[in-house]
Amino acid sequence: MTTALKTEEITLNMGPQHPSTHGVIRFILKTDGEIIYECVPDVGYLHRSIEKIGEKVEWQSFIPYTDRVDYLASMNSNWAYSLAVERLAGIEVPRRAEFLRVIVGELGRITSHLIGAGALALDIGAATPFTHAIRDREMVNDLFERICGARLTFSFVYPGGVAYDAPPGWIEDVLEFCDYFEPRIEQFNALITYNKIFVKRLAGVAVIDTETAIDYGLVGPNLRASGFRFDLRRDEPYSVYPELDFDVPVGRGEVGVLGDCWDRFKCRVDEMKESLKIVRQACRMLPTDSAHKAKVKKILKPPKGEVYVRSESARGEMGFYLISDGTQNSVRTKIRTGSFSAMGVFPKVARGMMIADLIAVIASLDIVAPEIDR
Amino acid sequence: MFELAQYVVDKDFWPLSGLGVLGVSILLMIAVSVFLMHGFFMPIAGVMTFVERKIAGWTQARIGPNRVGPFGLFVILADGIKLILKEDIIPAAADRPLFKMAPYAVLGGAFMTMVIIPLGPNLIPVDLDLGILVYIAAGSFVTMGIVMSGWSSNNKWSTLGGARSVAQIISYEIPVGMALLPAVILTGSLSFQSMVLAQGWAPWQWTMFHNPGLFIATFVYFVAALAEINRTPFDIPEAESELVSGYNTEYSGMRFGMFFVAEFGNVVVISWITVLVFMGGWHFPGEQALVQNWFGGTWPTLVGALESGKAVQFGLFNLIGHATLMAKTVPLIILIVLLRWTLPRVRIDQLMDISWKYLTPMGMGATVMTAAYMIWPGWGPFPEGAGSGMALPRDMGPMRVWSFLLPVAFMAFCVGHALMASRYPWKPGRPSKIKPAEATS
Repeated sequence: MTTALKTEEITLNMGPQHPSTHGVIRFILKTDGEIIYECVPDVGYLHRSIEKIGEKVEWQSFIPYTDRVDYLASMNSNWAYSLAVERLAGIEVPRRAEFLRVIVGELGRITSHLIGAGALALDIGAATPFTHAIRDREMVNDLFERICGARLTFSFVYPGGVAYDAPPGWIEDVLEFCDYFEPRIEQFNALITYNKIFVKRLAGVAVIDTETAIDYGLVGPNLRASGFRFDLRRDEPYSVYPELDFDVPVGRGEVGVLGDCWDRFKCRVDEMKESLKIVRQACRMLPTDSAHKAKVKKILKPPKGEVYVRSESARGEMGFYLISDGTQNSVRTKIRTGSFSAMGVFPKVARGMMIADLIAVIASLDIVAPEIDR
Repeated sequence: MFELAQYVVDKDFWPLSGLGVLGVSILLMIAVSVFLMHGFFMPIAGVMTFVERKIAGWTQARIGPNRVGPFGLFVILADGIKLILKEDIIPAAADRPLFKMAPYAVLGGAFMTMVIIPLGPNLIPVDLDLGILVYIAAGSFVTMGIVMSGWSSNNKWSTLGGARSVAQIISYEIPVGMALLPAVILTGSLSFQSMVLAQGWAPWQWTMFHNPGLFIATFVYFVAALAEINRTPFDIPEAESELVSGYNTEYSGMRFGMFFVAEFGNVVVISWITVLVFMGGWHFPGEQALVQNWFGGTWPTLVGALESGKAVQFGLFNLIGHATLMAKTVPLIILIVLLRWTLPRVRIDQLMDISWKYLTPMGMGATVMTAAYMIWPGWGPFPEGAGSGMALPRDMGPMRVWSFLLPVAFMAFCVGHALMASRYPWKPGRPSKIKPAEATS
């Protein structure tokens, strides 16, 4: 009879303060040295009762709180909430506002993906792509500052339109940014995407196949990277997206297995290109003969009813479920976010991988802590 | 050192001569080591941090330090003062003696190498016969310090960093040794000074281009040494994004500063050793003429120069040698820094793969190839083939054009390929056969 040497597994506490958990998220890891046996995500450290606040403030006053739900793509969360309120209250949005929304929304997607892709590279150990991404993001932030005065939490998209019209020359500068940024994506690819070490670190790591991705409710780039071509802008169009021409990039398993970390990274890089395409079209099609916002009462009282409206944010489907009882407050505000559902997949994919890989998975799912906890 | 002490006693320099030869020797040793540490090594490590940050800034599309002093040069001082003034925190649950000792071990390992490195024709504290062994041993000393810090911090991340470090440094010592071995075979010596003396100033007199095996060995040594000093892309023991800060997570103030200085000092040390062993060291063109004209054809020594009143020429001679050495070292340092800011970090299993599956066999191949080269009739330093006796230190055998041109052509191809790849958009990889599922709703 042989007796194996008794070894204990370590319980590692990754987070809430850890450089690579992208905010205050905690992962409880059971590891044997470097190999993870079990990974339990522990969310809630950044809970700020945003949904409850949504039931206490007036409909429009909730907009600044939606900024804080997904601070890397505030425009898109503003937009998602505005869509829900507009459907609830039956507000018609002017055409110019729709196009302005598309422009800022897609620019917001670019900034968010820049941070997402850059942070993944940073977590893998390459610091330079991140700073290059930040440099380009600053240019978009400058554009945002000129149109709404803020650089991070914009509160720009409001029920009924957008807060301000584009200042003179703004559209030209957006087009100029597009011309500047397009070669930058190629440079980014040359710098990091096809880097041998980078590919080796990410290819075939944390493979989420199409069925698993759907089962676990992954959305947005994470779902598409698993090979499922689903984009709300195309499949459940809202705003003026049906008039615009763009592709939906999906993971192709180019360097490894379909649905690995590298596919998720590449999917985001490709989406930035598509976003540029959309921005260019929207800038050209921007009508000049309509207002930038509809007339909406200061104190909004939508008719009784409930609504669930989803839209494609940078992190995928962002849905707002609102119930109105005809007063100036909502009865229930519920936010469905991509990061929260992505947390569920960790116990499944993290088993048997190394700590260094877990970092890559966290970054490749592009998790934003406030979006998890609201 | 001993000769100099003898000279001092013989000339009866008051009051030094009263100490006797042994006393003067010890005094000189202390003086030299203090100078090396504080006058040479620390400033070099400091300048290294500045160079690193400035290059990092340029690489990352930002400016880098530019506030303190000209070009931000005094940021080194500012950093040093900050580190010294910061509170030295020792965690309550830490193993205090070990925790306090660890930085000294790491710093000591880095400093120890200084003793055997010839920085110029005569600028060498001790020309040990076992120079390379001492260098490898000092490398292991650093591991000990890192393990001590990782274990004594009583922090799981630090412990993991320490464990990674052991695995890494022990694995990489083998390719480092294997890569230095061909040079040892060729020059017939373990002492750095003899290895330098066996080479010449011109690239075709360097061991690196002596035969293809040594060219491979140079590459293997450089990569393995990068891993041994925990530099990116092999910095997994302190992988910032994974292990918080690895083994030095719990350190603060000057104790952290010591890890820091050791890390940057090590970068300079491995660049020096690459240059000394493989790239001709301090040899500069026209040194034979200088020896002939200044010192009458005999290789200068400190005591000899003092006795014949040629101290100025002696100093100049060594200064030129040192400048030549640094001129070759600085590009290597810049290369290491650029590598750090360009490449991502490898995973621990990939790191082990690189060592055991690639670098070690390559090092062994290089050793075998050099050995074969040595005994092949008419190729190596033994014209008649094997068994004709020891190679003379200054004779490495005839140089062949192809063994110089082939590696140069290879390097030119690599550089050209890299430039082309960065200029043109990347071609996508193999086409995927996977058809994406379509949303049906």
